[in-house]
Amino acid sequence: MSEAARLFGNPRVLGRVAASDGRNTTAAGRLETSGRRLDGAAIELSELTKTFGHRVVLSAVNLKVEPGQFIAIVGRSGGGKTTLLRLIAGLDRPTSGAVSIDGCAVADVQKAARIMFQDARLLPWQRVIANVGIARGDDWRAQAMQALQAVGLADRAQDWPYVLSGGQRQRVALARALVPKPKILLLDEPFGALDALTRADMHRLLLTLWAERGFTSILITHDVAEAIALADRVLVLRDGRIALDLAIDTPRSEREGASSLLAELKRRVVAEV
Amino acid sequence: MSIQVSHEAAPPDVRERDWRVGAKAFALWVEPVARNSAAILVFLLLWELAPRFGLINRTFLPPFSEVVTRGVEYAWAGKLWPQVFVSIERAAGGFALGVITAVPLGLLVGWYKPLEAYLNPLLQLLRQTNPVSLFPAFILFFGIGYATNVAIIYWVVVWPILLGTVTGVRQADPALVKYARSIGLPDWRIFVKVVLPSALPSIITGARLGATYSFLMLVVSEMVGASSGLGYLIVNAQYLLSVHLLYVGVIVLALLGIASNWGLVALERRLTAWKQDIRS
Repeated sequence: MSEAARLFGNPRVLGRVAASDGRNTTAAGRLETSGRRLDGAAIELSELTKTFGHRVVLSAVNLKVEPGQFIAIVGRSGGGKTTLLRLIAGLDRPTSGAVSIDGCAVADVQKAARIMFQDARLLPWQRVIANVGIARGDDWRAQAMQALQAVGLADRAQDWPYVLSGGQRQRVALARALVPKPKILLLDEPFGALDALTRADMHRLLLTLWAERGFTSILITHDVAEAIALADRVLVLRDGRIALDLAIDTPRSEREGASSLLAELKRRVVAEV
Repeated sequence: MSIQVSHEAAPPDVRERDWRVGAKAFALWVEPVARNSAAILVFLLLWELAPRFGLINRTFLPPFSEVVTRGVEYAWAGKLWPQVFVSIERAAGGFALGVITAVPLGLLVGWYKPLEAYLNPLLQLLRQTNPVSLFPAFILFFGIGYATNVAIIYWVVVWPILLGTVTGVRQADPALVKYARSIGLPDWRIFVKVVLPSALPSIITGARLGATYSFLMLVVSEMVGASSGLGYLIVNAQYLLSVHLLYVGVIVLALLGIASNWGLVALERRLTAWKQDIRS
């Protein structure tokens, strides 16, 4: 059985359906991550505050993310979700407080982290393979090809981006994010513009790659169902603070069903948004 | 009894189908050629017939065929090519100088906002200065000859290329620049990988406009401040009432303009093959 199948498809390993406070890793959560290689980085936010002028976007946020954990952050527009992601990636500086990755304070753009945005942001003047290998490290072409194979688009390597569908472009963007073997994958509503079927495909692909590679994932989404379907923990960010931190212990293979507990989880998250 | 099957000749229905496919392919090839040349052929026909039927005084406008014949004779005698080459040399010189200076300056002005803030008013002022009014000043500086011709052509070429480049840099997609920053690319690589390719279509549009202006100014400059070239040929033909030669010069200049535009269009297609053709 593959790591991914072991992770998502074995209810005996994964234990009972349960929800708990995300700050305490549950027995089911430990079991779920115990069978795979953890190449992810630990992230810690300490009293993280960010203001733009007089507007407080993040207010003394504290958060610990374990290596390889999959966190989803939901919240209304303008609630500080993207700012949080940018601070973790080192693209912005906090007004006060600190972000640390594997114990090291973030002071610059994090090479260990990659971001996926809602739009794929492919360079239209470069072919797919050149887009995937944009960072141009050593042996970039072979690495880009491997990444394209991982997302199932090896046969589109020589295409121009404009001939790809929206879902294929996002898969190329995912492949591009995977090339440097990131320890953290930051996902800023990457599936927001996709149709339901393509989105479901992307969910499966992302979870498979996450399970195989073990990077820490932080997904920002407006879609509560998506957050519950994918994440180990769902955080609600409201008025710059974490209003809810909910661990989702239900095995992923069982989350697609409309169980009453999942409906209850969804109700709790929506109530806090 | 045996049945003989011929493998040499296709059945009549297949042959007919092949013929139809061939005819369709030919029609597909001919149709755009006919469409593109129809208006030109009608124009040339009118040019040919109007003087012949006395609708226009043939002293001022000889029939097209006579102009072509005179042009071939002039070229055959070896008198046309030196004028053509000297004109190309001047136009190409001014144009190349324009590209070499306007593109780097445009990239700098578009990329560095403080530079733009300081330089933009001056550039706008200079851009609005009528090039023909500057011609006497250029003659004072460079005298009558090659340098003046190139300088005045440069003056008209530089602005569209400069503005095209600045606009192109400004129009670079901020989302792509932000992405490039998010993966830690240094500024110079962002410039090379994102900003320059973004600006390329706009630079080429400016260059095409510049090429058109260069031929316009070439004729003016050769009419006023030169003793050779197609502009000189035209104005000299006017003085000598050699009307056929005057139109030969006009036609050759038009052909040079078309050729330069074709070249730039081909370059544009090659450099911007990644662009989605909205008509496709």
